[in-house]
Amino acid sequence: MKICVLVKEVPDAAVEKRMDPSTKRLDRSGEKNLNPFDTHAIEAAMQIKEGGAVDVDEIVAVTMGPESAVRALHKAVSLGADRSVHLTDPALAGSDVCATGYALAQVLKAESPDLVLLGQQSDDGECYTVGAVVADHLQMPSLTQVIKIDVQDGKLRCERQAEYGYDTVEVELPAVISVGDAINEPRYPSLKAIMGAKKKPLDTKSAADVGIDPSRVGEQGSRTAVLAINPPPAKEPGEIIEDEDTDETVQKIVSWLEERKLLA
Amino acid sequence: MHFDLTDEQRDIQRLVRDFADQEVRPVAAELDREHRFPYEIVAKLGELGLMGMPYPQEYGGGGTDNLSYAIAIEELARVDSSVAITVAAHTSLGTWPIYAFGSEEQRQRYLPDLCSGRKLWAFGLTEPEGGSDAGNVRTTARLEGGEWVIDGAKQFITNSGTDISGGVTITARTGEGEISNIIVERGTPGYTVEPPYRKMGWNASDTHPLAFDGCRVPEANLLGPRGQGFKQFLQTLDGGRIGVAALGVGLAQGALDEALAYAKERRAFGQPISKFQTIQAKLADLATEIEAARLLTYKAAILKDRKRPFTLTAAQAKLKTGRLAVRAAEEAVQIHGGYGYIEEYPVCRFYRDAKILTIGEGTDEVQQMVIARALGA
Ligand SMILES: Cc1cc2nc3c(=O)[nH]c(=O)nc-3n(C[C@H](O)[C@H](O)[C@H](O)COP(=O)(O)OP(=O)(O)OC[C@H]3O[C@@H](n4cnc5c(N)ncnc54)[C@H](O)[C@@H]3O)c2cc1C
Ligand SMILES: Cc1cc2nc3c(=O)[nH]c(=O)nc-3n(C[C@H](O)[C@H](O)[C@H](O)COP(=O)(O)OP(=O)(O)OC[C@H]3O[C@@H](n4cnc5c(N)ncnc54)[C@H](O)[C@@H]3O)c2cc1C
Repeated sequence: MKICVLVKEVPDAAVEKRMDPSTKRLDRSGEKNLNPFDTHAIEAAMQIKEGGAVDVDEIVAVTMGPESAVRALHKAVSLGADRSVHLTDPALAGSDVCATGYALAQVLKAESPDLVLLGQQSDDGECYTVGAVVADHLQMPSLTQVIKIDVQDGKLRCERQAEYGYDTVEVELPAVISVGDAINEPRYPSLKAIMGAKKKPLDTKSAADVGIDPSRVGEQGSRTAVLAINPPPAKEPGEIIEDEDTDETVQKIVSWLEERKLLA
Repeated sequence: MHFDLTDEQRDIQRLVRDFADQEVRPVAAELDREHRFPYEIVAKLGELGLMGMPYPQEYGGGGTDNLSYAIAIEELARVDSSVAITVAAHTSLGTWPIYAFGSEEQRQRYLPDLCSGRKLWAFGLTEPEGGSDAGNVRTTARLEGGEWVIDGAKQFITNSGTDISGGVTITARTGEGEISNIIVERGTPGYTVEPPYRKMGWNASDTHPLAFDGCRVPEANLLGPRGQGFKQFLQTLDGGRIGVAALGVGLAQGALDEALAYAKERRAFGQPISKFQTIQAKLADLATEIEAARLLTYKAAILKDRKRPFTLTAAQAKLKTGRLAVRAAEEAVQIHGGYGYIEEYPVCRFYRDAKILTIGEGTDEVQQMVIARALGA
């Protein structure tokens, strides 16, 4: 079995995210990191490999992004991926979700994996959709927000997060599965893995290398356009109740909650 | 000159920062309170390859440079000094002499266990009669029937008495005006690890007096050529100072982190105390001093990595960072007011842990001696 894991480089969680008003894109100049959800996807791949229920020949990390995105691939490899593929091309800049999904699917077609794993959401774009788009292009079943994967008779039995509780779903391979962060506790990369990350094979591919139709990617090829960006409305200042007489304070809080029908 | 860390150095920094936050921070106060050695943490550090960072992979080491190692110690000390000194003393004082001066046989025998953290190693230089004047060794070792017979005592020896302590390398007088380093394995008859001290800080770190009473080890346990012990321990301390300096930077940074977070939360006179100019001045001064100390420490590590002389810079870094750690911890307690005097707040532990940094691995006065000597004074 061959597993491909989609990974994305995103601004580090500690960096305050900021939109660049001129390009209407995210300012990505600060410290970056591998998308945290994607570390769960790699860990899920590692657990399938180490679980022994099925033979995993290799785990391949795939990203689409600028030159700096190799860092995300190094990180993915230090967490256990055997090799990585970097799709990078100026023509891809400004791709929307559909274009991104199409481009990634083209890379995946060339790899023909039995299983594609990815994070349920990126820490920056947060569209939650790349998995579904990729699955559509590959004509594979798609499961999202998966929090448990078991391999059974060559099929996967998954639990996916639902609004209340979870659904148990059986899926045949090949499939595209996006995982939530409840699925596992990602391991730390070992020092040896960090030091060896650059020695693992890394293929760099251009759009043409994987047969991407240039009219379907990039800012031009994207069918959506960002017209305007606005900051979310400022939060209303809260109401501060000074605690002078505790009975009275409790009464005030209870009636505040009742007014808003927040008490059952 | 550029100040960017390499990709690997940044990944190592992030790894150790995450590890310290997730594995050390939740238990640091408890380990300190119970004076409990962090066995589980050491085991996990070992699994990740962090117990033998700057040694070649062929011996089970991490194959990193010294700067990466310093950064790792800094990140650990930012959260807890006991854990940081356990790693630093093991790596720089315990393992280094065996790696640097040991025969191939000795390296093969000890390094794989030490680099993996399965065993810890100690370095016994200080004696009851003298630490700063470490050349005045009273412990003796005489050759008798193909064995060294060791008599004497060592004082304040880190990592010597844990369940996983493999042994100690000691300095001993092997003849008139002759000092040599000798390997003594744990469990050798005549070698006694005395009960631990009751310390001001570093409570989760392991420190004992050692006694040698007719202790016999094979002649082959000599480390490097006979009579080279003095030179060897000076070189060992030079490198060790980089680790301890990094520990000072980390402790100071951790104290500042805590103080800043607290100052933004705590209110007085109707506003967060971080808005008071005097508090801001403290925070700004500390941040500036820490950055300066960090650069000095990194420079010492880089000089060592480039195989350039680093004795002076390492001594300067040690002097600067030890004092800064003491001051930063004190200011952090001050900013916490009464809460800083209470053990629930980490700065209380930081304050107790800081003081050793102007004493261990060469007192401030000894660093001044080293620096003045380099100046030609
Ligand atoms: C300000 C702003 C405006 C935007 N406007 C639009 C718009 O108008 N229309 C539109 O369609 N999109 C828009 N986007 C989305 C943007 O194009 C997406 O960030 C991008 O397509 C990837 O989607 P995502 O990061 O939200 O992925 P998600 O679906 O949240 O990510 C899920 C998973 O997909 C994988 N993944 C995502 N991207 C990559 C990648 N490049 N390489 C490898 N794996 C990846 C990762 O495993 C990730 O965990 C906008 C984004 C921003 C920040
Ligand atoms: C917790 C802890 C862990 C330690 N771990 C180890 C270890 O693992 N291995 C090891 O070998 N040692 C270890 N030490 C010992 C430590 O390195 C010594 O305590 C230190 O070097 C000082 O030596 P001393 O205590 O004998 O003080 P002394 O040398 O007696 O110094 C007393 C005072 O006199 C000053 N002084 C001495 N000489 C001069 C001079 N020429 N000019 C001016 N002032 C001078 C000193 O600076 C100091 O202020 C440890 C100590 C502690 C407390």
